[in-house]
Amino acid sequence: MTRAREAADTPRIDPAAMENLELDEPRPPRISRRVRRRLVLYVCRIALVVIVLGGWEIGVNTKHIDPFFWGQPSGVWRQLKTWITDGTAQGSLAEQILVTLQEAVYGFVIGVVLGVVLGIALGRNRFLSDLLSPFIKVANSIPRIVLGSLFSIAFGFGITSKVVLAVVLVFFGVFFNAFQGTREVDRNLLSNARILGASRWQTTRQVVLPSAFTWILASLHVSFGFALIGAVVGELLGADKGMGLLIRNAQNNFSPNGVLAGMVIIGVIALIAEGLITALENRLLRWRPPQTGGGDVNI
Amino acid sequence: MPMSTNPATNAIELRGVTKRFATPSGEVFTALRDLDMEVAPGEFCAVVGPTGCGKSTTLTLVSGLERASRGTVKVDGRPVSGITPGVGFMFQTDAVFPWKSVLDNVAAGPRFRGAGRRKANEAARDWLRRVGLAGFEDRYPHQLSGGMRKRVALAQSLINEPRVLLMDEPFSALDVQTRSIMSDELLALWEQTRPAVIFVTHDLEEAIALADKVIVLTAGPGRIKATFQINLPRPRKAQEIRFTDEFVALYSEIWEALRSEVETAYARSTTEVAP
Ligand SMILES: Nc1ncnc2c1ncn2[C@@H]1O[C@H](COP(=O)(O)OP(=O)(O)OP(=O)(O)O)[C@@H](O)[C@H]1O
Ligand SMILES: [Mg+2]
Repeated sequence: MTRAREAADTPRIDPAAMENLELDEPRPPRISRRVRRRLVLYVCRIALVVIVLGGWEIGVNTKHIDPFFWGQPSGVWRQLKTWITDGTAQGSLAEQILVTLQEAVYGFVIGVVLGVVLGIALGRNRFLSDLLSPFIKVANSIPRIVLGSLFSIAFGFGITSKVVLAVVLVFFGVFFNAFQGTREVDRNLLSNARILGASRWQTTRQVVLPSAFTWILASLHVSFGFALIGAVVGELLGADKGMGLLIRNAQNNFSPNGVLAGMVIIGVIALIAEGLITALENRLLRWRPPQTGGGDVNI
Repeated sequence: MPMSTNPATNAIELRGVTKRFATPSGEVFTALRDLDMEVAPGEFCAVVGPTGCGKSTTLTLVSGLERASRGTVKVDGRPVSGITPGVGFMFQTDAVFPWKSVLDNVAAGPRFRGAGRRKANEAARDWLRRVGLAGFEDRYPHQLSGGMRKRVALAQSLINEPRVLLMDEPFSALDVQTRSIMSDELLALWEQTRPAVIFVTHDLEEAIALADKVIVLTAGPGRIKATFQINLPRPRKAQEIRFTDEFVALYSEIWEALRSEVETAYARSTTEVAP
């Protein structure tokens, strides 16, 4: 690997060196300029956060914002500290996080597997897709979050109702991406695999799946967010544990700080999951040429 | 057109082949009409013709990727149905698997056909050495040059030891120097296993330098305009053979046949406005 990389690097002409030749400009300023740009960017970001939170805090202190309805950053911070040190009314904070995380992860995994399997199956099989596509379109157009109420009745206050809701939310995004990815597989590659002697199953596993993977991975970023939403909303609708219940109790106690603190925790979980998925993506898509420009914008 | 005395001995045989496509607008488009073609076992046959005359289509029919609308296509005397066994295909555009390393790409054929990983990898290493890519096993296709990718594709096809090798403008994306090097290497590899070859190209020099027989197709729908035997001695060096008198004479003769077809196709493409 290292040898190959060396070989790849040696004959290449460094574009920066070329520019330096033409501009006759020493190199160090260019590099530090880039570093400085990044530094300025980070400082500005932090400043933005400070301005918003500080403005909020000052707004409360100067009686422009009513903390009874909107809470205040220092109150949110105090609430978080209490939860961490003293635990919550329904048990330790870690327990609440773990319950919600467990529901979200189960829902995510099951939803992704179902979505990928069905997406590829329908993408590969004309009859199946013709048969099922109207039903899937209908199912996709209804507001699925409402199904949470139904699952809560059917499966009770335990973990099942939340997992099922998370599965339903995750499934569709993954399914449509897997389906589209399967349809977009380069026909040349399919022909090549057939000529080389691949069976239908080998073609699906070794050509269609890796090719559709770019699409599928793109959907995973949003999907874990959906899984968390499914878990939390499921808990809001009725549960005996979890972050959703914590937020619901805060709401019942008229504690906006509690609601916001719950949101902050869920946000941190989502960010960590996002980081893990990005790492997974980079590992699985090693074969791709490095992407230029762009950046990780995903809404 | 001389009929072959024993048709069963032909490696590839097309008889009265017509291929029609349904166009998106619902009309029927005839890509090939009443095409007869034969290639003997171990014969290197080059096919030239204007763009869109049905060269690629002919190859997909022989490989079994597509079926003829009318007529018969036989490989080794057996009518083609489904993917033809023992056939190798180098596609007009890159078709190596971008997510497989060079080694895995070349080993794909034997692996698909049930060989163990170890045996397949051994054979793949051997073929990579033969196409001059030893040391690049771990790279991904995007880390290779265009010429190297073509070598991977060549090794990927040849590792299955095809009795029939179909090549669709395999070197057209390469620069002139690389192309002539690749031509020589192809000939050397071909001598080793001697499959019957159909080699589609737009480069008449390349066709004459490589082939035993050059077929000129008419502007679409494609049919055979003329067949030329190339009796230049082997082994050949594509670089050197170009300047012999025989080569130059053959070139002008075949170009005469090809030129009018190219002109017809060009005139059509410039006057024909989409209906
Ligand atoms: N799947 C298809 N559906 C409709 N028309 C097609 C299809 N495939 C090929 N054709 C048409 O058939 C004709 C022959 O195509 P083909 O690809 O065989 O040409 P070619 O001789 O290989 O051309 P080139 O030299 O440019 O590669 C073209 O006019 C093309 O538009
Ligand atoms: Mg073609």
